[in-house]
Amino acid sequence: MQAARAARGSVAPRAATTLTQHVVEIISDSGEGAQRCGQSLGAIAARMGNGVWTVEIIPAEIRPPARSVAGASGNRIRLGTGPVTNGGDETDLVVAFNEQVLLGRVRARELKAGATILLESMWRDHPDPAIAASYIEVHDRLAAAGYRVHEVPMERECRKLVSDARRGKNMFALGMLCSIYSLDLELAREQIALAFGKKAASVVATNVTLLDAGFAWAEEHLDFKYRIPAVQATEAQIVVNGNTALALGVVASGMDICAMYPITPATSASHYLSEMFENVGGIVHQAEDEIAACAFAIGASYAGRCAVTITSGPGYSLKQEGIGLAVMAEIPLVVVNVQRGGPSTGQPTKAEQGDLLTSIFGSHGDAPKVVMAAATVEDCFYSMITARKIAETFNMVVIVLSDANLATSQTPFPRPIFSEAWVAPPIDQNPVPAGARPYDWDPVTGLARRFVPGQPGGMHTVTGLAHDRDSHVAYDPDINEESLRARSLKLAAFQTTLRPPPVFGDAEGDLLVVGWGSTKGTIEEAVERLRAEGHKVSSMHLRFLQPLPPGIKDVMARFTKVMTVETNWADRPEDEIIDETNRRYSALAMLLRARYLVNVDCWTEVKGQPIKPGTLARVLRARLP
Amino acid sequence: MTTAATECLLQLYDERHELEDYQSGVPRWCTGCGDNAILAAVQRLCRDEQLKPEKTVFVSGIGCSSRLPHYMKTYGFHGIHGRALPIAEGVRMARPDLHVFVNTGDGDCCSIGAAHWIHALRYNMNLTVFLHDNQVYGLTKKQASPTSPKGLKSNTTPRGSYLEALNPLTVTLGVQNVSFVAQAVDWIPEVLYDIVSAAFHHKGLSFVRIVQRCPEWLPQLLEPFLHDPMKVKLLHHDDGLAISPGIAKVYKNTQRHDPADMNRAREIASGVDPIPVGILYRNPDVPCYEDLRVTGQLRTPDLIRQGLEAELDKFTVWPQEGPAT
Repeated sequence: MQAARAARGSVAPRAATTLTQHVVEIISDSGEGAQRCGQSLGAIAARMGNGVWTVEIIPAEIRPPARSVAGASGNRIRLGTGPVTNGGDETDLVVAFNEQVLLGRVRARELKAGATILLESMWRDHPDPAIAASYIEVHDRLAAAGYRVHEVPMERECRKLVSDARRGKNMFALGMLCSIYSLDLELAREQIALAFGKKAASVVATNVTLLDAGFAWAEEHLDFKYRIPAVQATEAQIVVNGNTALALGVVASGMDICAMYPITPATSASHYLSEMFENVGGIVHQAEDEIAACAFAIGASYAGRCAVTITSGPGYSLKQEGIGLAVMAEIPLVVVNVQRGGPSTGQPTKAEQGDLLTSIFGSHGDAPKVVMAAATVEDCFYSMITARKIAETFNMVVIVLSDANLATSQTPFPRPIFSEAWVAPPIDQNPVPAGARPYDWDPVTGLARRFVPGQPGGMHTVTGLAHDRDSHVAYDPDINEESLRARSLKLAAFQTTLRPPPVFGDAEGDLLVVGWGSTKGTIEEAVERLRAEGHKVSSMHLRFLQPLPPGIKDVMARFTKVMTVETNWADRPEDEIIDETNRRYSALAMLLRARYLVNVDCWTEVKGQPIKPGTLARVLRARLP
Repeated sequence: MTTAATECLLQLYDERHELEDYQSGVPRWCTGCGDNAILAAVQRLCRDEQLKPEKTVFVSGIGCSSRLPHYMKTYGFHGIHGRALPIAEGVRMARPDLHVFVNTGDGDCCSIGAAHWIHALRYNMNLTVFLHDNQVYGLTKKQASPTSPKGLKSNTTPRGSYLEALNPLTVTLGVQNVSFVAQAVDWIPEVLYDIVSAAFHHKGLSFVRIVQRCPEWLPQLLEPFLHDPMKVKLLHHDDGLAISPGIAKVYKNTQRHDPADMNRAREIASGVDPIPVGILYRNPDVPCYEDLRVTGQLRTPDLIRQGLEAELDKFTVWPQEGPAT
């Protein structure tokens, strides 16, 4: 145990061990600044040219009790030499501000066996004997379990520089991490200036002093050091999370009306959009409820300004009737569902891909709509531009699926270069040609030109009732079928514009893994690991789920076995009463089986956490044909 | 001075609209249904105000009332049950250049859409809202509605309804930001028109409850009110409704009421017999939500680009040599 506390004495200058990737966590009680420390670390590494993937660790409560196992708040940062596409496996190194939040992470099995722990030591001598005893007990237990525990007197060191160490410890921790990962201290100082830019120069100066102190302490006291070689980026990149990317994408798409109701984990997109619209012009309307938000967006879209409504599971359920109305009246609408755990209130802050089938089949009756899923943080940005364009071209509802994983993960991607083609043309106010009809469905594509209020000669009443080409309520059975046909054909017409999805890895082999949404990075990393071992594994990631792009069956036919990997529930074949007559497959597996009559297997994990590439690699190895 | 070309344009736009320019199809309401009177009043309003049919939108929910847009030769949006108000709000926010009307019923507004009703009053967007209140569900064949009088026998309350009726006037007058509340009855078309017109001219959400007959399901309910003019109390004021000599001859039960007086308005609103008819409350100074929200900034692609670039700058990690110049 004494050895584990080696950090107390001075050590000789150490040589840096070279790594290709590492996962580091900073955790504290909420309000102690671990979030900012983690985000700054990610930004500094990104500026050095490292691949970075940052995930927020969020307690479910706003102010959980201090020093509680469930209260861990902070960041998990995966650093790499090349691009980092997911949060990776268990954590290699953790900085913890108290032993209880650390215990929370250990119990969640988030730490790698033998992980390095930098633990605030102030609790050892705490006046409350219960706290001191708890600290010593946890410390000794973790050390005995093989973790490399280094006690760090963060509080004591910070108190030498500031009176309230609670507010500065995060920068001390950042300094230590800069030393540990051989990051450029000058870049770190710049990052602090950037992060605290709005505040007084004295605030920046204090934080830089704390940063320097943390760096110096680590240089003097720690007996290890790493270097993760970076490939210097040659182009500008932006570092944002999926929700920020969504909000930026909304602006880039030219949409300027967003109607929403607060719901986790979608709301932060609207927070940021609200702020941005104040500068750029545009409206985030916080409606009285999810139904009103959807109806408001439909009203704005109907009037010629395609609008977006952003929500998550429970809100998405509430919007179903409105979505059906937009489908029936053929009003363009973009609906974003940042999925969380379900059903019902489920797990508001956790990631799940449970809403695919409800997105495709949701709303009563036959309600065809486009369903697409962002696979990366970058996709969150571009999907908004694509979605608006599809919605307005085909007069359809476009559902864009993200999830809590993408919503809260930060990673760099090339800075978008704006194109005027992204935004909508001005609202058409030209007179409608004599004799033109509001639903003049094309017999081949089902498409009809929409008349927008303000267009002379185009007056008609849209309705959620079955209607004919003049938008008159239809009681005729043939007209009902004709309109159903037209709305369905539009999906097929859109499908013909899609390209077959690319295959990651060889175009043929033993096992094809098919995924959708935020699992892309994890699946490809796992596939890469297996390929490096010589296995004939490839993957295919779908961005359009409804309609499915062409060519999928051909790709699947070139593999001995096909399986999906998803984070939604699928019955486990090993369960006693589960057999082929009652097994419920995961959402995408069900779709692929139904559409292509191919025997698609599935593996799912629904733990509220992103799947780890190491876990998936083990699963795939076991499932090789 | 105008050029010949602008003269031509002025003439082009000076085209006069007649009543039939606002009429579409033959209403399928029952004979004697109050909805017919409301339709006649709004069509006359459109004609008198010379509203451009293409710049006028009638939004409705579901129910007998909500069929009205189908009979207007303007733009119309026959939406879903209870959601006429939020749809109309979206239309209004997107297009301040349009005249937006809402037709809703007592089930649509006061029951399934009640949440939207309260909040629409609070938003105070420039919408003219007509509550077609026949005190019963008509299209679904006689169920008690929130405004049905207590004891009403209906298909869901065969022994009589159990609860006191909800009073839409007192509810609206209890909501912060309410800016225009009036009540009309379908059987005095002249007064109905005057109220509809005053509602249209109010900037903000004007809420007009129209007490209307349902000859199919409640043929007797309002009979006493039709036969006894004293059971209608006309509200008049220099800042409210002026009563014509013809109407004054028949309807002698009148009361002077200043629509600026909220306390008095609430008192009047709570009376159900006689039925108060007129403008109960008007406050032209309540700001409209769309005026508070719309920046007036023209969103050209260039402005979007500038705004986006400024935002992207906040998140950009430049290659170490710094931004390209």
